Amino acid sequence: MNEYNFAYLDEQTKRMIRRAILKGLAVPGYQVPFASREMPMPYGWGTGGVQVSAATLMPEDTLKVIDQGADDTTNAVSIRKFFENTAGVETTEETEKATIIQTRHRIPEAKLREDQIIVYQVPIPEPLRFLEPRETETRKMHSLEEYGLMHVKLYEDISQHGAISTAYAYPVKVSDRYVMDPSPIPKFDNPKLEMDAIQLFGAGREQRIYAVPPHTKVVSLDFEDYPFEATKAAHPCDLCGSDDSYLDEVIMDDAGNRMFVCSDTDFCRSRRKAGHKGRLAEENAA
Amino acid sequence: MYVAVKGGEKAIENAHAWLAEERRGAPDIAELSIAQIREQLSLAVNRVMAEGSLYDPDLAALAIKQARGDLIEAIFLIRAYRTTLPRLGYSNPVKTDEMACDRRISATFKDAPGGQVLGPTFDYTHRLLDFKLAAEGEVPVAPTLQPRTEATPHITEFLKGEDIIQDEPASDATPGDLTREPMEFPSNRPLRLQSLTRGDEGFVLGMAYSTQRGYARNHAFVGELRIGKLAVEMDIPELGFAIDIGEIELTECETVNQFKGSKTEPPQFTRGYGLVFGQSERKSIAMALVDRALRWEELGEDNLGAPAQDEEFVLSHADNIQATGFLEHIKLPHYVDFQSELELVRKLRREAEERIKPKEAAE
Amino acid sequence: MTAQPHYSGGFQNAPVQAAHAFRAAMTVMARPGEIRELNGSRPPNPLSTAAGTLLLTLCDPETKVHLAGAINTDAVREWLTFHTGAPLAQAADADFAVGRWAELGSLGTYRIGTAEYPDRSATLIVECDELQQAGAELSGPGIKGTAQLFLPDIPALQANAALYPLGCDFFFTCGNRVAALPRSTRISMET
Repeated sequence: MNEYNFAYLDEQTKRMIRRAILKGLAVPGYQVPFASREMPMPYGWGTGGVQVSAATLMPEDTLKVIDQGADDTTNAVSIRKFFENTAGVETTEETEKATIIQTRHRIPEAKLREDQIIVYQVPIPEPLRFLEPRETETRKMHSLEEYGLMHVKLYEDISQHGAISTAYAYPVKVSDRYVMDPSPIPKFDNPKLEMDAIQLFGAGREQRIYAVPPHTKVVSLDFEDYPFEATKAAHPCDLCGSDDSYLDEVIMDDAGNRMFVCSDTDFCRSRRKAGHKGRLAEENAA
Repeated sequence: MYVAVKGGEKAIENAHAWLAEERRGAPDIAELSIAQIREQLSLAVNRVMAEGSLYDPDLAALAIKQARGDLIEAIFLIRAYRTTLPRLGYSNPVKTDEMACDRRISATFKDAPGGQVLGPTFDYTHRLLDFKLAAEGEVPVAPTLQPRTEATPHITEFLKGEDIIQDEPASDATPGDLTREPMEFPSNRPLRLQSLTRGDEGFVLGMAYSTQRGYARNHAFVGELRIGKLAVEMDIPELGFAIDIGEIELTECETVNQFKGSKTEPPQFTRGYGLVFGQSERKSIAMALVDRALRWEELGEDNLGAPAQDEEFVLSHADNIQATGFLEHIKLPHYVDFQSELELVRKLRREAEERIKPKEAAE
Repeated sequence: MTAQPHYSGGFQNAPVQAAHAFRAAMTVMARPGEIRELNGSRPPNPLSTAAGTLLLTLCDPETKVHLAGAINTDAVREWLTFHTGAPLAQAADADFAVGRWAELGSLGTYRIGTAEYPDRSATLIVECDELQQAGAELSGPGIKGTAQLFLPDIPALQANAALYPLGCDFFFTCGNRVAALPRSTRISMET
């Protein structure tokens, strides 16, 4: 695809995105409006993440793309291919080797390093959107740091269900100021949002970019008597035996038998390679 | 035994190969040419140009062919191509009163300078399937007249003299650009019009229809509807004057709307405006109605809470490329989110059962 | 043939050089106190390589640039206009401002954003004689524990940080090196 610029976007578009990223880093958790471009893939399929990655990539980078924690899900494959073609960068499935990781819905299990960048694809960047559909209103709420509505919602959950009924895209407060949507990661991943790597969030259709610098305080909203809990299926991985990784539930047969496997495919593979075994590992060894 | 789903890349390649085959259809049937689509499916081409925001009939025809006739998919192809084009400059505003009209009608005056010209319209066709077309489409040559050479003035100009229609003050301000700046609310009329002209025809039509049925009714008459070709001019600084860079076909609709007056405005007629690439009559009328509904604030009207009055609602949902992308993204894997919900519902059920059980035992 | 000096000194390979420069700029903005190299441009004197490279990386016809004091020369203006197309502006309207600290003037002149759009604030590129990880103590987002950085005017920058989430953001440039100070950083005198 030689007729396109490095990493597809033209330089002016990249500058516009880069300026938004810098402002996002300067005001952690605040959603910076940006003039999202139409990409050759549909809105809602990672156009925000792709634009942020494209503006961030250097030719020397090694890119990893995951969707649901896995490198081989079709949309991850498609986005990886896009950057192989348009930026000519190396790609990897190994979290360890990646310098930039574009993700949808997961944070890798392996601890990310200082020299890594993680780019999240975000469908609805506004954490207050489902409580208040109007941008004019939610923008005001952020400006006044008026997050009562969110607490009321969470508290209503507790009074109705005895627990907060948000399982993913669980809202966080960043650096004691902005309430932020961490993208639809399971709340299991929320504690990892305080990390050493730079975190960038791109919402293409909604035209927003936001960021969390390394070592930034990120607190999942909760109540003293109902503290936040990072939950996962109460099983070890049936392939690698890990008991502290997020699991996918897989239906194995017509009788409805289930197995649980790491959603982070690279994490699971590297554990198995190191000799760890889960309940069904023997069968799978073949 | 469990085998993880692998080979996404191969699956994608195969899917693309199959898609290409399906697009072509039966190989013993002659293949459509771009010229055939451009000439014989011209209204589809017009819609793709209008909502794709790119005036290029050949590219729109190509997109329709590639998209197997799915016009939203074709619009998407055009939009994605359009964003890669460099901006070499900006044309001057087109002067629609200089349009060479193929069609020009007014519902407000029986006759006016320039006359009523029906043009190539479906309006008075009886919607009977023409089985002759199934065999062959050769048609007799339509009768022709000498076209007008002088400019055709706008109907609303004739009302202006009486001060009975709201004035639209001219402005040399550079309007914002929907495609280069993030949308911000409250917006303004130039951005609203940009959003509507490239908005989904079905969405804009539905919104306009809702105003007619009483959701912020604005009593619209088609003051004028005109379709025709216009020269596009661009200033060339090196030359010091403007030159023609091409010709485009446009549909323009100006509605005249009843207006009782408000706290701030005397009773007079008001206007809605629609301007769309190509012959896009339905779209331009719908656009004018929605434009008028969205002007409630500027005219000091009441907000009736109608969807068509709600700028943020209309502008946020008019774009079919945004809408279809987000709608269709829910077919992407959501294992992780679903799994977290699954765990949560199981947990809540467990807790609820525990709450219910001791009660039952006590009874 | 002798090229006009202000026409030379741009990026030779803009997509790649701008990508490198942006990563350095992003890294220092994300990690206040860190210093990185910024190369790629050869701007006319007295503009530093780092400041010139930042301008080429971030500015274009959509950004207003204020050139303060001694760097506001014909050569710098022509160079900037030729390579970026950025319109020149007064301090109060600027998206980016470049100059030495004393010449940039009162911070109160610059845009600090609005409550609803705190991103609409100026970014100041401060040309410095020295750039070292000693002086003020920094803490906050991007910083593990504390970091040290020499700052030209601690009280003024503390006052800027107190405006959070409003305020200006800063790059400090010296030769081909750059550090940054976002408004989110808390500043104290090193003890």
